[in-house]
Amino acid sequence: MDILSLFIIVPVVTILFLVFAKSLKQARMVAMVGSLVQLGMAINLVFAYLKERTVNDSIMVFTKDVVWFEPFNIHYNIGVDGISVALLLLTAIVVLAGVFISWKMYDLPKEFFISLIVLSIGVYGFFISIDLFTMFVFFEIAVIPMYLLIGIWGSGPREYSAMKLTLMLMGASAILLVGILGIYFNSDVDGGALTFNILEIAQVNIPVEVQKLFFPLTFIGFAVIGALFPFHTWSPDGHASAPTAVSMLHAGVLMKLGGYGVFRVAMYLLPEGAVDWSWIFIILSVVGVIYGAFSAIKQTDLKYINAYSSVSHLGLVLFALLMLNKTAWNGAILQSLSHGFMTALFFALIGMIYERTHTRDITRLGGLLKVIPFISVIYVIAGLASLGLPGFSGFVAEMNIFVGAFQQEDMFMRVATVLSISVIVITAVYILRVVGIMLMGPVKNESYLKLEKVTWYEKFGILLLLIPIVGIGVAPLWLSDMILESLDPFIKGLL
Amino acid sequence: MNITYIILIPIIPFIVFLLLGIFNQKIKPAVSGYVGVFGLLASAMLSFYAAYQYFFVNGKVDGVYQTFTEKTVWMHFTDTLHIDMGILVDPISVMMLVVVSVVSLMVHIYSRGYMKGDEGYTKFFAFLGLFTFSMYGLVLATNLFQIYIFWELVGVSSYLLIGYYYTKTSAIAAAKKAFIVTRFADFGFLIGIMIIGFYTGTFDFETLNNPEGSAILNWAATSFMGLSVITWALLFIFIGGAGKSAMFPLHIWLPDAMEGPTPVSALIHAATMVVAGVFLVARLFPMFYFVEDGFALNIVAYVGAFSALFAAVIAITQTDIKRVLAFSTMSQLGYMMLGLGVSGYEGHEGVGYMASMFHLFTHAMFKALLFLGAGSVIHAVHSNYLKDMGSLRKYMPITNITFLIAALAIAGVPPLAGFWSKDEILVAAFEHNKLIYYVGVFVAGLTAFYMFRLYFGIFWGKDRTYDHKPKESPLSMTFPLLVLAVLSVVGGLIPFSEFVTADKVGFEAHLNYPLAAIATTVGIIGIGLAWIFYKKENNLSDRYAKAFGPLYKWASDKFYFDEIYMFITKKILFKRVSAPIAKFDRKVVDGTMNGIGNKTVLISQKIKGVQSGKVQDYAFVFVAGVVVIALVFIYLWSN
Repeated sequence: MDILSLFIIVPVVTILFLVFAKSLKQARMVAMVGSLVQLGMAINLVFAYLKERTVNDSIMVFTKDVVWFEPFNIHYNIGVDGISVALLLLTAIVVLAGVFISWKMYDLPKEFFISLIVLSIGVYGFFISIDLFTMFVFFEIAVIPMYLLIGIWGSGPREYSAMKLTLMLMGASAILLVGILGIYFNSDVDGGALTFNILEIAQVNIPVEVQKLFFPLTFIGFAVIGALFPFHTWSPDGHASAPTAVSMLHAGVLMKLGGYGVFRVAMYLLPEGAVDWSWIFIILSVVGVIYGAFSAIKQTDLKYINAYSSVSHLGLVLFALLMLNKTAWNGAILQSLSHGFMTALFFALIGMIYERTHTRDITRLGGLLKVIPFISVIYVIAGLASLGLPGFSGFVAEMNIFVGAFQQEDMFMRVATVLSISVIVITAVYILRVVGIMLMGPVKNESYLKLEKVTWYEKFGILLLLIPIVGIGVAPLWLSDMILESLDPFIKGLL
Repeated sequence: MNITYIILIPIIPFIVFLLLGIFNQKIKPAVSGYVGVFGLLASAMLSFYAAYQYFFVNGKVDGVYQTFTEKTVWMHFTDTLHIDMGILVDPISVMMLVVVSVVSLMVHIYSRGYMKGDEGYTKFFAFLGLFTFSMYGLVLATNLFQIYIFWELVGVSSYLLIGYYYTKTSAIAAAKKAFIVTRFADFGFLIGIMIIGFYTGTFDFETLNNPEGSAILNWAATSFMGLSVITWALLFIFIGGAGKSAMFPLHIWLPDAMEGPTPVSALIHAATMVVAGVFLVARLFPMFYFVEDGFALNIVAYVGAFSALFAAVIAITQTDIKRVLAFSTMSQLGYMMLGLGVSGYEGHEGVGYMASMFHLFTHAMFKALLFLGAGSVIHAVHSNYLKDMGSLRKYMPITNITFLIAALAIAGVPPLAGFWSKDEILVAAFEHNKLIYYVGVFVAGLTAFYMFRLYFGIFWGKDRTYDHKPKESPLSMTFPLLVLAVLSVVGGLIPFSEFVTADKVGFEAHLNYPLAAIATTVGIIGIGLAWIFYKKENNLSDRYAKAFGPLYKWASDKFYFDEIYMFITKKILFKRVSAPIAKFDRKVVDGTMNGIGNKTVLISQKIKGVQSGKVQDYAFVFVAGVVVIALVFIYLWSN
């Protein structure tokens, strides 16, 4: 069995076991063991990859190619480079943390964990696919369980939110499918056969006119899930209604599919389209960056704050991808990882606070540092990481993005860059506002004095997410070099 | 010279921070205080040894102090641009090591007494450790990005320590304000770094500062709006420095930062972190001096001079003793900036640079002393306000004497430390720019006046009836006062021009008697006026305040800068930008999406009649559809 297919098979096996689980205890045990194995595999993959890299310099390693549907030349074709390896690790960590955070999921535990793991299959599959069609299928597998997870286990106007999220993402998928088919039907212009294989298509000189036609479709199709302004509105409502672990997975991992897809498909296969269209998407992403941050200042619901903050942070990912150079792209990938860990951590903490105080309204909270110190201190740390403090992953990512963007010399790019750098100030405002109102100050409600202290499984979930944030922040060299190396073939495709 | 051991100097406080931070709940306060003090003692000893070794054992080679670096790559941006982590040892970094060590050690010792019984005692020492680590990292930085990293870290330590009393609303607001204002300045700093990185291809100080290097020689290569891009970069970097060093108009956070515990004010907001801006300009001094004939350096001089004057005027009117000291700090920082601004580079020309660093050194000693003395007073009378104090000399002899020494030192009375350094700054100003010289002399007079207003107000004047009789503070607090007092007396006798100069060669400084006489006279006039006004309880000061009327009010309300900033942030950014955006998102952007969804439902309700159930209808639609698709495909193919 090859090392990558296991990323699909292990979750499937986990689901099979879950079907026979009889209680919450059994279900969470199975889910935990499954995700632990997955995490072990992801860590092992990093080392295996680094080792393989020294002897193998093809773009993708650990490849496997099985014909899936002959007539359309669809393959089950998988492989990884440094970027997907890093994202797989992110996914494995967030899923495991999500299982810990859902330790007390009393409603339909079995079904909940099954949906969660189905979602993760989609994500894993997406990150390892080299075949466009398979990639698209996995993309859909990841999105659909969201509907159930929010619709069944959600809170507030959950059906509305679930419907909205699913419809918007499905709409985007439809656009994306057109884009993918457009690429597919032009993959034979150099005389080869029609193919979905990304690496093969990249060698084909797709006519510039075609690229210009399909780039925006592919870009938007992916970018909607990456919260591109103005298609981001599914995200605040979706997050607000989703149960904690789903928010974590959603913001932490699922939204990363957008940036990854844009990079792997839109940028890589349609580079001339990218150059041609970049200005408009640069405007949209910079607007998203600033707009998300300003919106976050005014919110009072913790989840909305975090959702808008994600719009802002992921706007930076798209912005960086459009800068079309190695440094910025490295920043985009790092930002994806960093944001993944950070928002997952944020949502986990918000879930813990909500569970104890039954509110997410910051104006009704206050003085939490005194009553739940552990959770509050971690919240402060996550906040500091989010506002790009050195020593945490956010700083590393943002600096790569900014330095990369600054390599673009024309005035338009410079203005866009300076505007996006200004977000470091606005982010500080909304983060410190929450810290000031919610964590500091006098305890607002007498009943908060008796809040339950943090439990061991919560601590576990928190630490799982915190370690990579600090790890990347303190010693970014190996990770950033691993990503940089993998970017070489892509940047060559552009020039 | 082997410099590897210098890495330990920042590492030790960092380990202290981790220990005290992680085992916060488990360590007893009695232990944590000692962990903090002894950790810092170790760092301080290493710093002193480093200074001794650097200046005396190693000394000058060919008449020049050498620069030693040791670094490793932390992260790659491009093939040429990367962030290094390392240490750079040269005269100013060694001098800063000494300053930070002395003040931080004294503050650690002092805090054991001052913070006694506080529930966050261990946390306090953890934060002090974090700050000291970051500050050491900042002064030892080898490149712009490293300095930026530690720059942010001292900023966050400052945030955490200002907000130390986190249940107090004013402390929360002050902490937030300090962080956001300096972050705004750092936004400028960061852009400056980006410009430097892009146009010179390096962040490295040694490469950038080389007077024969390409960064300095080729400054004219690219220009933007009539100025060299490098000048722009330096101006942006100076914005960062101005934010940290509380230069006008980014000073508004410093007075509020006094919400933090007093030892913190002494360490961070008087002696070390706030001089980071001055240090930054000094660190890049060759660039500031050579690029575009010192255009950026001129700006530094004027901003410094204006801030010095501006803050000194406000300081006269404040009634909270810590705020008087805060404005005094801002004023003295302006003095240091001014000194750099009027400096030349080589030999005696560089007297401004030398004097600025010298003043940084002496100021750290006597200003830390003033703050710690003020802390001792506050500790005794439980109030920050002058109106609650008076005649404390009877109760607190040690605090009284040490505070007097510090006040004399800052007023520039010979032969105390402040006299020497201030005099050199005025000499440099006199030689380069008369206007700035006059401002400097005037500020010297104001300084003496407000300082002695404070001194007489606290220790002389009317004997209040105190509810609890004020007592002298314990030894842990008076010991640092005594040490710093000694340094404030003898600190000025160090032949600084031998050690710390812009060109690292050194020169022999002579006292310029006429200028020294003028400065001293002005200082003594200031003290004399304060004597008349404040030594005994009288209504002179009130009458004069009334005579100045609106002007006095204007100054005591800090020229309404807080209100202006409040207006911009609260009224414009929050009300006119943020709130409408949040609303726009819900109503317009989301509204459109919802509208599309609702319309779809409506349309589907209207056209659901098409689903008639009759086979012939379906067949017709099917055939029609096939024909249309076929036509489209034929059209596409034929093209």
